[in-house]
Amino acid sequence: MSSHANLKVGVLYSRVRVEEKLLFEALEKRGVALDLIDDQKLIFDITDVDHHPFTDYDVIVERCINHSRALYSLKILNDQGVKTVNTALCADICGNKLMTTSALAAAGVPQPKALVAYTAESAIAAIERLGYPVVLKPTVGSWGRLLSKVNDRDAAETILEHKETLGSYHHSIFYIQEYIQKPGRDIRAFQVGPETICAIYRTSPNWITNTARGGSSSNCPITPELADICTRAAKACGGGVVALDLFEDPDRGLLVNEVNYTMEFRNSIAPTNVNIPERMVDFCLDVAKNGWNEANGWKDDGPHLASISLADGASA
Amino acid sequence: MALPTATGTAQCPECFADVTLTKVMQNEITQCPGCGAELEITALEPITLALAPQEEEDWGE
Repeated sequence: MSSHANLKVGVLYSRVRVEEKLLFEALEKRGVALDLIDDQKLIFDITDVDHHPFTDYDVIVERCINHSRALYSLKILNDQGVKTVNTALCADICGNKLMTTSALAAAGVPQPKALVAYTAESAIAAIERLGYPVVLKPTVGSWGRLLSKVNDRDAAETILEHKETLGSYHHSIFYIQEYIQKPGRDIRAFQVGPETICAIYRTSPNWITNTARGGSSSNCPITPELADICTRAAKACGGGVVALDLFEDPDRGLLVNEVNYTMEFRNSIAPTNVNIPERMVDFCLDVAKNGWNEANGWKDDGPHLASISLADGASA
Repeated sequence: MALPTATGTAQCPECFADVTLTKVMQNEITQCPGCGAELEITALEPITLALAPQEEEDWGE
């Protein structure tokens, strides 16, 4: 009999991709009572706190594909005292690049310079303060979608006008990041609680190196410098199981570009030879048994982070 | 208890090719080997395929 047989684990999901299947298999191997919770069929009775159907779960693992569904579900669950991986706070910070950048800055974690502006006019001024080229990013989004490398003022004016005219309101929150001259690759590192378990290089001739956009992957050794910056960045964003994207700047060293809270890992198991889903499940069961702070290795109450969700309207 | 799966063939809704599926789960995503369409398993008995939902703006990691 497994020591986990008395644990009840839910997986909140949208679609069963390779990652979800691997997680299901890893959870089944531990002998937990496993329920799959389809977010397409989910109805939360938020106000009926006496009969909340999820309070008997020891932990719920979030694997939604929509950031908005993940964030709101985690918020409801955490408010009812249900342990989740990751937490609503982590999703709130990591699901929005502006929030991530602000949290990393507050914690002193090295990252590319980033400016925020609210009008096209001030955005042009911000872009020219950074100097061309810059990268314009939507605050919410993933897989390299709608990233714009802006090489000159003509392009800047055109893109800003398009974003203001064609985008929903959150596309007029202009997030402007300095363009980092990468050595044809970036780093995707996997953080599980207090440990950076593995990392890959993502190599691409394109300036967008996401494997979702065709970047190729190879093993990246975990150096003390990489582990340190990943651990600090993850804690700054609320801890948990996260995938960090980092740039190697020739002058400043490692810079954290993004922190992803519903991480994809199918392309990273083979090059790293690390069983990422098993390690994720270890963490989830640790949270179930010992709580969030202990699973993250935090001796104190953990980081004191304020959630100020700007995610309303994040969904299309 | 093992999660329910199914093995068999189903028709691609895009190109009508027969798609052979092994131990698939409800809501699993697969790809038609004929036309490359991204498909979702919408039922197990019988195995039924539908075009996977289009990517939305807040999809991602």
